Parts: sequence; C-alpha cells; structure tokens
Amino acid sequence: MSLPPVQKLLRQLPVGPTGWPKPPEDGGVAEEVTSPVLATEAGQPTCYSALRADELRPLADSPKACPQDPLVMVALEEHDDLKEMLDSNKDSLKLEAMKRIVAMIARGKNASDLFPAVVKNVACKNIEVKKLVYVYLVRYAEEQQDLALLSISTFQRGLKDPNQLIRASALRVLSSIRVPIIVPIMMLAIKEAASDMSPYVRKTAAHAIPKLYSLDSDQKDQLIEVIEKLLADKTTLVAGSVVMAFEEVCPERIDLIHKNYRKLCNLLIDVEEWGQVVIINMLTRYARTQFLSPNQNESLLEENTEKAFYGSEEEDGKDAKAEAAMLAKCKPYVMDPDHRLLLRNTKPLLQSRNAAVVMAVAQLYFHLAPKAEVGVIAKALVRLLRSHSEVQYVVLQNVATMSIKRRGMFEPYLKSFYIRSTDPTQIKILKLEVLTNLANETNISTILREFQTYIRSMDKDFVAATIQAIGRCATNIGKVRDTCLNGLVQLLSNRDELVVAESVVVIKKLLQMQPAQHSEIIKHMAKLTDNIQVPMARASILWLIGEYCEHVPKIAPDVLRKMAKSFTNEEDIVKLQVINLAAKLYLTNSKQSKLLTQYVLNLAKYDQNYDIRDRARFIRQLIVPTEKSGALNKYAKKLFLAQKPAPILESSFKDRDHFQLGSLSHLLNAKAVGYQELPDWPDEAPDPSVRNVEVPEWTKCTSREKRKEKVEKPFYSDSEGESGPTESADSEPESGSEENGSSSSSGSSSSGTEEDEEEEEDSGEQSEDKEEEEVEKRPKRKDKEGSHKAVLGSAGRYALGRQGGAPITPPPVQPIPSSSIISTSLVTDLEGLTLTDSSLTPTLLSPAFSAVKTYELLHRMAGEGLAVEYCFSRRPFPGDPHMVAVQIQISNNTDTEVKNLRVNEPKPLSGMRIQEFPEIEHLAPGDTASVVMGIDFCDSTQAANFQLCTHTRQFYVSIQPPVGELMAPVFMSENEFKKEQGKLMGMSEITEKLMLSEKCQSDHTIVQQLTSAANVGRVPCGASNEYRFAAKTVTSGSLVLITLERREGSTAQLTINSEKMVIGTMLVKDIIQALAQ
Amino acid sequence: MIHSLFLINCSGDIFLEKHWKSVVSQSVCDYFFEAQEKAIDVENVPPVISTPHHYLISIYRDKIFFVSVIQTEVPPLFVIEFLHRVADTFQDYFGECSETAIKDNVVIVYELLEEMLDNGFPLATESNILKELIKPPTILRSVVNSITGSSNVGDTLPTGQLSNIPWRRAGVKYTNNEAYFDVIEEIDAIIDKSGSTVFAEIQGVIDSCIKLSGMPDLSLSFMNPRLLDDVSFHPCIRFKRWESERVLSFIPPDGNFRLISYRVSSQNLVAIPVYVKHMISFKENTSSGRFDVTIGPKQNMGKTVEGVVMTVHMPKAVLNMNLTATQGSYTFDPVTKVLTWDVGKITPQKLPNLKGMVNLQSGAPKPEENPSLNIQFKIQQLAISGLKVNRLDMYGEKYKPFKGVKYITKAGKFQVRT
Repeated sequence: MSLPPVQKLLRQLPVGPTGWPKPPEDGGVAEEVTSPVLATEAGQPTCYSALRADELRPLADSPKACPQDPLVMVALEEHDDLKEMLDSNKDSLKLEAMKRIVAMIARGKNASDLFPAVVKNVACKNIEVKKLVYVYLVRYAEEQQDLALLSISTFQRGLKDPNQLIRASALRVLSSIRVPIIVPIMMLAIKEAASDMSPYVRKTAAHAIPKLYSLDSDQKDQLIEVIEKLLADKTTLVAGSVVMAFEEVCPERIDLIHKNYRKLCNLLIDVEEWGQVVIINMLTRYARTQFLSPNQNESLLEENTEKAFYGSEEEDGKDAKAEAAMLAKCKPYVMDPDHRLLLRNTKPLLQSRNAAVVMAVAQLYFHLAPKAEVGVIAKALVRLLRSHSEVQYVVLQNVATMSIKRRGMFEPYLKSFYIRSTDPTQIKILKLEVLTNLANETNISTILREFQTYIRSMDKDFVAATIQAIGRCATNIGKVRDTCLNGLVQLLSNRDELVVAESVVVIKKLLQMQPAQHSEIIKHMAKLTDNIQVPMARASILWLIGEYCEHVPKIAPDVLRKMAKSFTNEEDIVKLQVINLAAKLYLTNSKQSKLLTQYVLNLAKYDQNYDIRDRARFIRQLIVPTEKSGALNKYAKKLFLAQKPAPILESSFKDRDHFQLGSLSHLLNAKAVGYQELPDWPDEAPDPSVRNVEVPEWTKCTSREKRKEKVEKPFYSDSEGESGPTESADSEPESGSEENGSSSSSGSSSSGTEEDEEEEEDSGEQSEDKEEEEVEKRPKRKDKEGSHKAVLGSAGRYALGRQGGAPITPPPVQPIPSSSIISTSLVTDLEGLTLTDSSLTPTLLSPAFSAVKTYELLHRMAGEGLAVEYCFSRRPFPGDPHMVAVQIQISNNTDTEVKNLRVNEPKPLSGMRIQEFPEIEHLAPGDTASVVMGIDFCDSTQAANFQLCTHTRQFYVSIQPPVGELMAPVFMSENEFKKEQGKLMGMSEITEKLMLSEKCQSDHTIVQQLTSAANVGRVPCGASNEYRFAAKTVTSGSLVLITLERREGSTAQLTINSEKMVIGTMLVKDIIQALAQ
Repeated sequence: MIHSLFLINCSGDIFLEKHWKSVVSQSVCDYFFEAQEKAIDVENVPPVISTPHHYLISIYRDKIFFVSVIQTEVPPLFVIEFLHRVADTFQDYFGECSETAIKDNVVIVYELLEEMLDNGFPLATESNILKELIKPPTILRSVVNSITGSSNVGDTLPTGQLSNIPWRRAGVKYTNNEAYFDVIEEIDAIIDKSGSTVFAEIQGVIDSCIKLSGMPDLSLSFMNPRLLDDVSFHPCIRFKRWESERVLSFIPPDGNFRLISYRVSSQNLVAIPVYVKHMISFKENTSSGRFDVTIGPKQNMGKTVEGVVMTVHMPKAVLNMNLTATQGSYTFDPVTKVLTWDVGKITPQKLPNLKGMVNLQSGAPKPEENPSLNIQFKIQQLAISGLKVNRLDMYGEKYKPFKGVKYITKAGKFQVRT
C-alpha cells in the first residue's frame, strides 16, 4: 500500500501542487506538435512560472525580472507571446493562445502565471474562447483568489441573461470557482436558479449545491431548504441531480423524501441513467427505514426447510432473531403499496443498457424484495457478465455475495460462470468463488468435472484457487468428500510445486474432519517432506503427522529425525511446526523421540527468531518434567493432543451483505468514506400516510379497498395497476412525452372494455347538437329519460361483474326493432337534414346507440351507505363548452337523511378545472338524486380528484375519463373530411389492422360499437365498406377523424387522424377493443 | 463523485489529467503503478484500488488506463460505466481511442470532459448531445476553422438536453433517408475434449445506423420475438410497448448506436456451426510433440463459414512449431507462444487441416496441460438463433426511408478445450 517515501517524493517532485521545478527532460511533446512556436522549449515555462507564481507575481509585467538564465529568458518570452496573443483583439489569436494553455493544463503543467492575461478574456464574445477561459478559471481560481474575483461580475451578469444556456453556464462556472469569499454570492445565485423557469437551469442549481457545500459546510441549513424545494420539482431533468445533491449534503434527512417518494418512483423510468442509479440507491435506504421486511413471515418456514436439506451450511445468525420476531406477532404481512410501487417501477430498469443501473436495481431487489421475487435479477446480472472485464469484476463480486444468501437464484445460470482460459485471473477466481457457492448435492458432480479441467490450466494462481475451491466443496457436501480427497491426493504427484503445496494445505483441512480412515494419505504426505519446499505445505504436513502420530507410529519419529537435520534451514512456520511435532511425539512416544526432541529444542533455543525461542522455552517447560515444573505438566498431553475442531472453510464473501450491494464499501469489504449504512428493517412500520401528497386522497380503509380492487381487475396491465388516483395526483403534468402517452393508453384501454359493454342511448343525438340548434331541446329531454333507465338497468349488472373480478361478459344484444334495419348511415344522413320529428329518432336510434355506461364513484360500503355513480352524458356542459359533462347519481341507502352534499376542495392537476354541482341540501333515506358537474380534463385521461362531502363525512373520489369521452362529435361533409384528413397525415395518422368480431359484421353494429366507444359523429361516405366519424376534443377543439375500412373476410383497417397523438393512440386501442369483441 | 481523471499509457506516462474539483496531485497514481506492477498482466490490475485518502477506479481500454480518483462512497460500476462511456465518446469523435488521437485533440478532449461531468457528476453523456455542443473534428472543418477562426463549439443549447428525447438532436436533415439494422449474433461456447458442448449461448445485438430526417418514430417488429430471452435496451426504446406487444418502438438517435442487446436462452439448443478435430500430444523424452487440428462445418444452414481464425496459447515449454496448413497460413510467435492460424473460408469438400511437429525446450518437463483453441468465424446473412425482423414502420415523417437489415453470425468467446 505505502510506497517507499523516497519514491513518493520523487514522483511528487515534477508537478506537485507546490509547483516544484520540472526536470527539463520531461519536454511536453504533445503540445509542441500543435504549437510550432513553442516547439523548442515548452518544458521550461512551467519551471519558471512555477517559481514565479508566488514570489514574483507583482512583477509580472516586467519580463526582465531574471535575465541571468538564458533558458528562463526564452521561457519568459514564450509566455509573453501567449500574453500578447491573449491581449490582441483577434479572436483567432486568442483562441490559439487559449488552446495552448489548455493543452498545458491537460499535461498537468502549471500555467498559473497567465492568470491576469486570461481572466481578462472572460467577457470575450467568442464562445469557444469563453469556454476555454472558463476551463482555465475553474482550474486556477483557487490558487489566485484575488484575481479570480475580477471575473465574478461577468457571471453575475450572466445569471440574469434571458438565454437559459448562458444562465446555466454562468451558474456552473460561478459555483465551480472555489473561492470562499464568494459563498454568499453563490448561495444567492443557487437560490435564484432553483426557482428558474428553465428546468435546465434548475438542474444546474442542483449540481451547484454540493459544490457550495464542500466549500462551506456552514451553509447546510440553507442548502437543505433549496434541496427541499428542488425535490418537489416534477421534471425528470432535475430529479437525478437533486437526489445526488441530497445524498451529498443531507442523506440523513430522510423525511424530505416522504412527500416526493411516489413522484420519484413514477418519474424514475424517464430520468437519465446516471440519475437513476443515485435515486435507486437512495430509495433502497429509504425503503429500509419505512417498510416492513417482506420476508419476516417466510423466514421461519424457509430457513427450516433449507436447513433440513443442506445441513449445517445454511447458517444464518439472524435466524433466531427472526424467529423471535415472528412469534411475537404472527399477523400476516401485507406489503405496503408504496413498497410494491418501488419494486414494480424499478423492475423494467433491469433491462437498461447501463450496467450501473442494472446493478442498482439488482441490489434494490436483493435488499427489499420478497424472497420469491428476487430471482428476476439473476438473469440481468448474468447478462452483465458479457460486458467489459471491469464490469465483470464488480458484478461477480456482488454475485458472489448474493449467491451465499440466495443460492437458488443463480443455479439455473451455473454454466454462465464456467471459466475460459482467456479470462483474466482475477475474473477466474471470482467465477470460481461463485461456482463454489452454487455447489450443492445435485450439481456437484458437474462442478467437480469442470474443476478437473481447471486444475490443468497454465495459470497456477488459478489452479491453487481451484484446489481450495475443491476443498470447500468437499467440506460443504459430505457426499463427495472422499472423491475430492482422492482427487487431491492424486494432485500430490503433480509436477508443479505450488499445486502440490496447495493440495497439501487443503488435504490437511479435510483430514481433520475424519482422520481415522486416512492414515494412508498421511503416510503418503509424510514422504512428500523430502521434495516439497513450499513452507506452508511443509508446515501443514508436519502438523498433520504430529496431530495424528498415533495413526502413523512408525513414520512420525523418522520424519522428526529428518526435520531435525534440516531444522536450521527451515522457514519460521516450518520450525514452529517441527517443535510442535517434537512435543507431540515426546508425549506419545517418548522412548523413540526423547533425544530428538531435546535436540530440536536446543536448536530452537538459539534461533534468531524470538518467537521460536519463546516457543521452545515454553514447550520445554511444559513437557519435560523437572522438579520445578508445576501442575501444568500433568495436563500437557491434554493440551497438545486435544480434539481440535475441524476448520470451517467458508467464503470470503460471507457476511459481506451487511454492506449495501453494489457499493464501493461492499467491493472493498471496508467502510468507505461517506458510506451510508443500510438500516435494518423497522419492527413496526412508520406511518405510511407521510407519503401522501398534500391532503391524503383516501381515508385509510378505502385506500386499501380501492387498491385491491384495482389490482384484481384482470385487464389492467400489471404495471398500470396502481397508477390510479393516488399517483396521478403527483405524476407530472408534462405528459407530452411519448412514454407517458403509451403508458396511459394501456390504462385507458381497460376503461374502453368496460365501456363498450354498456350501451348508450343519446350519443346519436348528441352528434347533431352542434349543427342543429333546433334539435337542442329534444335530446335533452330524451337522454334524461334514457339515461335514467340505463343507469337503473345497468348498475346492478355492472356492480356484479366488477365484484366478481372476472371479465365482464358483454350484455346480450338488444333486440332490434324492425324499423332500425335502415342503415344508421342513412339515419345520420337524414338527421343532418330533417331531424325535426322527434318521435322518429328515438325509436330508430335507441337500439342503435348503447345505453349510458355508469361507473362507480363511491361504493355503498365505502360510502357508509351513500352510493355514488357517474356517467358521461355526452351533452355539452351548460356554461362552459370546454368541459365534459359528468352526470352524478347519488343514492342514499342509509336510514337517515344525508345533508349538505357537496363537492369540496377539488384538487385538479394543472390546467384541469372542475365545475362543482350545486349543493344538495337534503337526501332522504332511499332517495336518489342526479346532478351534473363539468370537468375540463385538458384532453388528458388523468383522473380528476375531489372530495365529496356530507354533513358528517368526506370521501375522496376521483373520476377518470375514457379517452372516447374527451371529445364531442362534429358534423362535416365527405369533402371536408377528406380535406381535413389530408392535413393530418404523417405523425398524426395512426393506422391499425383489426379483426372484426362476429357480432360486428353488420353495418349498424359496427357504428353502434364505435360510437359507444367514443363520442363521435358519423360522416357520410360514398363507399359502402367504409365508415367515417369525426369529433373534436372538448378542451382544445382538435379534430379527431376516424376511418374504418372493411376488407374481405372480417378484417378491417382503422385509421385515426388527430394532431393529438396521445389521444389518437389511445382511441385506436379503445375502438379496436370495442370492435374486436 | 469523480474527482479527477488521469490517462496513463502503457509505459506509465500520465499524458492527460483533468480535475473536476480541487486538484489532486499526480502522485496518487503511484498506488496505481504499484498495483500494476504487482498484477504483472494489464488485465489483472484490480479495477478498484484503495489508497489512504482516495480510491482509484480504473479501466483499461485500447492500451490506455483511465484512472479516476474518488473520495467518497460511490457505486463502482457507476464510475466504470462512465469511464467506458468516455472512451466510447473518444472513439466516436476521433475514430479511435488512442494516445495519439487524444494528444492531437487535447482541447476537444478537454472540452468533452468538461461537458460530460459537472462537479464529478455526469451531465451530458449522449453522443448526439455532445456532438451538438462540441463538433467532432473533420478535415474539412479544421481547414475552415484555421482560415476563418471559427470554433468547434456549438453556440446553442442542444434542444435534446431539454426535451424528453435527450438522445436525438433536433433539425436533422438528410437527402437520402436510410435506416440500417445489423443483427449480429455471437456464439459463446465451451466445447470439451470429446467435442460435446459444455456451454453454449447466443449473445446478440442490433446495431443501427439511422439517417432519417426530422423526428421519425420507428417501430421494429420481429417474426419471433419470444426467442429473445433477456434484452437490454437503448434508452430510446419504450419499455411498455415491448412488454405488451413485443415491438421495439422508439424515436432513434441520429447516426450509429446499439439498439438492443439480447441473449437467447440457453434452454434452446444452440447450433454450433463448426466442429474441431484435434490431436495435440507431447512426448516425454524427445522434447517434441504432435499437433493436428482439423476444422469442419456443421449445422450451418447452407451458409458458408468464413473468416475462420484459430488462436492457441501454447504452453511455455514450446519452443517452435513446424506445421503445414492445407489451407490458409499460420504464424507462431515464439515470445508470446501464440499460434494463429488464419483459415479463411471452410469448404466442406476439403476440410482445412493444420498438422506438424512441436519443438519443446529440451530438458523441460513435458507440459501436462493441453492448450485450448479459440476459434473465430463469421457467417453472413444468418442469425443463428433464427431471429428475423418482420417489419419496420415509420410514423411521424412523410418520406419513404430506405430500410435495410443485415444478419451476421460470429463466434464470440468460442473455446475448444483439448
């Protein structure tokens, strides 16, 4: 570890921080190539400047400072040359000068004397010059603090620049200048930047925090405030950087994370990869403090069975503790939903291309996941083994630790750890470690066969490690002990001494377990003493013979004789063992060995090593009875020939897992500076409600219930299961990103399936509302009646289907009255022209358009008797055309009157607006009231959350609209349609093929299914196999054009044109779902 | 996190240093030199070295050691992965990551390092972003720059840095819009003495070269996506689409990049396209040995196996080899004891064979181990796993791109034990 001091000094000499002169032979070849002017003497300026930097700087402008030395003269002139270039007003010259200076810095040469000349250019217009000046400034400001202050005002000005890039880079450089005097300025700048509107500047602010902290740790409290503020930031750009700052400044302030926990989990996938690593590591620690161990219940059961299988190897010290904890509270473990959220959101990152991210997720799963789920990480870790050898090295270290605790996890990948002759030795040894850890009764034969090949390798260090591995396998798996022992004995005749020596050492350990049967082997080894020279091996043999001298009574004294002869030439450990052997022989067979022992002890008495002299003296007193010798003499035999416990050969990676895996400390197996301990699981879970954002959205009981319900729904894609109301409150509004689009679409497809089962009555009329003012009154009346019926009719069925958890079967198609055989296209055409006779349309349309589908807002049980359902009535909301009308049906199933029903504290996401319904004063028992409220969803399927209050209680509820309800039908002609469609090509067009289901073969069922899936209006169309629909989104009024073309058979092609891509993709899914079922 | 970086060449010269926090003296590298000396082989230098005040994390790439200085706890892989990313960036910028290239472009290197890390924490590592910030050197540009005095530094903030698509630069324009995908599969295998497969696995990657204007949104689908057992993605790929539909949907970075890498599960039988018959023996007394190797094609699905090269690390006792090759040429380096046989194409009619005598050091005991044979080969137009790209669709742009897919199978770590 430590170097000889002289060597270190020498190394330091050339360019130590003190700037000692550099020997001239270190001529900087690199930069001379680029700068012909400097070609001759470039090595020199450093020498000069270094000397001058401190002493002569005041004279900087007088080049005649030291004229004696011609070399120095030249150097001086050259730097003058640079200065001249920097002073010129040509940017190209300045740039050239700066490039040379940077090249000097890169070589580690001192260029600090140019500081005044360089710092002048900080305000240079040329951006590259500027950047290079920054590089210089950051490098030397610390050494020349006074002069550095000159540049500060430039940066302060930069902080106010309208261009975000300039603001950010000004902050970056300002915070990188390590001059304590400007701490207040930096603090101010950081605070300001933290509330900058550009996320890029905020990110820079987050980066600046640890810089300031390292400069002046007294600022901690203020910095924590900034961190707290930035943690609440909702952009992915900032998240990684601020968590980094958090980890460096205040990792102990875990309480700052609570409110941001869910947001961080949800943002994680979109954060850049380096940020992901930091966030995951931090969340691992967080989760350890906040959640209960997922394995506490299983541990008892599992450990026991494992013990039965593998005997002693599976020793777990924590066992007893876990058991005790278990008995203490045998209540079933329920994983906190937030814990689950973390596990679920990190899992896809196992497929990152970045090894650090994969490792971070792997350690998170290892430390946090229930045993049954940890297995998923094995595959990803094995994949990393294909990467660079450094990555392999780190991954294998971690795999080695994991494979001790969770052997089953890597067993399927056993062969991936097989060793190639081209692997570097350090990788080979780690792989060997893993293979040994994975060995069990079933695979030991394959592993041993593999080991046999390794033993013949050319790499002797590796062979030695293999022999040790065999030894470990033999101790751990009793079945193969004899096979291994035989194999090792064969190795004793190997030509390579290292191999033999290693085998001897391992055999010694193995023999200790069952010496009686193996006197043959001991004899064989005794013969080896003549040839083998490796001290450790000799010592081992001697110890063995001494220990089991009773098994080899004839050989032992002879060996001692030989050893006594060569005693003086032996290594120390061998000498000690010779003494040992002599003592043991003296005790068991004093007749033959008395003299020999005396001789050896005498030799040892005058040995150079005091250890050996001491030992000899001690042993002589102990074994040779004299009159002075005390009581111990009697026990000498017991002392020396006591039964010794067999050594346990265990992995050096055992118990390393108390370090967080993947950390530097784990790798070094020592606590690194700044390492944060991984806390133990708490016995009692801390209050989970701290993570609720703003006000808690759910009362406790409903939260559990709702969550469960959601998970059960079979059509929710797994990952979307919980992205319901709770998270959507804090998931960010900038959902323009593609990721979000696709993710929410899978969520909404589910609502689509629900939707098309229910049928709606009034959407047909709805489509005409915009055009035909005169019809206005009629549909209103109609759908009131219609929807009432539908609500009553469908509510029961709906609830039934949902509670069963099974996919809801579509209701039987309603019998179609004969009059409705007229194709709906005709109807719509007619409607557009003549709809004045209200009595005609309902009979025609009611079967064609489905009943309104209702959704549950508040279940009877959760609402303590108050049941609330809602449906999308598809009428424009009076008062605000940008709102979607939601009809709410409240029924009072209690036996008391409910008073003051109202909406309270709507918590809309940004941009979302809620128009509350007028307060309901009384609702008698058994009564049902129907009200309408308007919600502007901003054309997104994010849920609207609000509270529903009665005079006694309040319920947190949320409404999530299916994408089809976010639009209102528009009427247009075929030509208009084509024209609009022409404008919405390319990215705005989505085409998908689908198979029409059996019941969707007739024209009108198709139209019916489609219009029930989305609130769209039919557009007349010339071709008989084509259907067109048009709608506008409610909030922004963007057109949504749908074309469905029937092909031969039951295939069809669906095209949606909309500038709202997210809506388009979601709608495609919904419609396909509706038509394919 | 990362305090400083030193670039060291094989002869132990520190030819570049960069500090992101206060300056760490070069003498810290002595600990590294010490470890290097101890390791003998460059491959065996431990990637993490602990010194009294610092930790050194290093990688070895292209004959250069990248040694980073760390002061506090940091996931080692984080640093290692980052250093490799730095090396990749140099490679990308200068065409090679060599000492000369770095020295020639020292200013660009410095600017790059400045952008890639801020206070030791990675800032911009996407090559597309970096190329907008700092233009890579080309001959034309360096000529123009020297005349006009303009610079390599971009003067606007790359839009990607702010968008949700940080890997793609804005305003890409091409006259020919092309998208090429190379499906490259490597067979990792260990074949034992008797010719049976101890371990075999297919590691594949899809490397893409995408030159498309605007913001294309691509989706690539496979005929048999279930084949892919374990996949890792470029960040541009939407996880969710893959999870639900097994379609790769992405807005690609501009230029060359690795789209996915995958592994085909070892449960499926991996077809081994070549077999090797070998007879290597050393005689005890005569200090000579025999060497006889034949390579033949097997299960190659009608495609020719080409580019076959065999390298063997012979035991130290081997002095020289006298061989005759029926095809191709062989070289034996008596210093490193490496035998290389460049076979070329295998024709099933006439199997290539290399045979002859091995001269051993006289007096030295016969080597007890037989060397293992490392085989390289290539099969064009075949993905050995059977993976097939079904189609590539483009959304978001109106032009018709030219699309191309190329398949190639190579030997990865393909080793035959003898």
